[in-house]
Amino acid sequence: MLEYITAYTTPLIGGLLIGATAVALLYLLGRIAGIAGIVWGAVSAQPDNAWRWMFIVGLLAGPVLYHLVAKVPYPEPSPLPWWQAVAGGLLVGFGVKLGSGCTSGHGVCGIGRLSPRSLAATITFMATGIITVYVIRHTLVGTWL
Amino acid sequence: MKALVGLICGIVFGVGLAMSGMTDTAKVLGFLDVTGNWVPDLAFVMGGAVLVTLLAFRFVLKAKRPLLNPRFYLPATSVIDGRLLGGAAIFGIGWGVYGYCPGPALAALTYLDNKTGMFVVAMLVGMAVANKVARN
Repeated sequence: MLEYITAYTTPLIGGLLIGATAVALLYLLGRIAGIAGIVWGAVSAQPDNAWRWMFIVGLLAGPVLYHLVAKVPYPEPSPLPWWQAVAGGLLVGFGVKLGSGCTSGHGVCGIGRLSPRSLAATITFMATGIITVYVIRHTLVGTWL
Repeated sequence: MKALVGLICGIVFGVGLAMSGMTDTAKVLGFLDVTGNWVPDLAFVMGGAVLVTLLAFRFVLKAKRPLLNPRFYLPATSVIDGRLLGGAAIFGIGWGVYGYCPGPALAALTYLDNKTGMFVVAMLVGMAVANKVARN
């Protein structure tokens, strides 16, 4: 039992930190901590943009800091081919822009404000994510990749 | 001041992502692989994050305005339409294809794997294309 508790402690604390960030950003700046929205706002040169670019700088610095201080090694690089990274990236970018949000914007912040729109989006992308992994790993499609 | 808030929030968010395992594509794909060798870790990430926002957002949103800005910047629309669901569906497919959603992809850039860089560039291209499509 104890090993189960400790195994899920770091994911849980990580999740609490992400939630705390979302609360701080809403309380201080009135902004939603949706990464897709922050990134799009930054690259499309929206007004009042400094906080977005600094958030991205922090987002890059955070993991370096964590792995250094906690002495946890970097995760193994993905074994998947480069074209799967490109395909995944294109679909993710297209989807989050069209659907106005990603895991953080809809999943963490949207559900936090009890938005039916975000709940519907979250259920949808969880479902298609699960189906996609199923198709790639457990059907004949996987053998073609 | 607002930039400093952005920086600190970004750092904590990045620490949270790395700590929780979201920057590890093997864990993310393992989490989505519910019929295979399921890795439940990431349910705790989402659960922990949503627990905090669910409890705290309602108090935060009772205020007239945030501390450092004149108003709250919340999504104006509440319509559940094809664009929302279609976009979310396509996003989920991409998530399942490689194992990154936008935050973790950016956070993992510092691991210096070329493929993560390709993913992020492709993601920005995908956003720009969707922006064009949605306008027309």
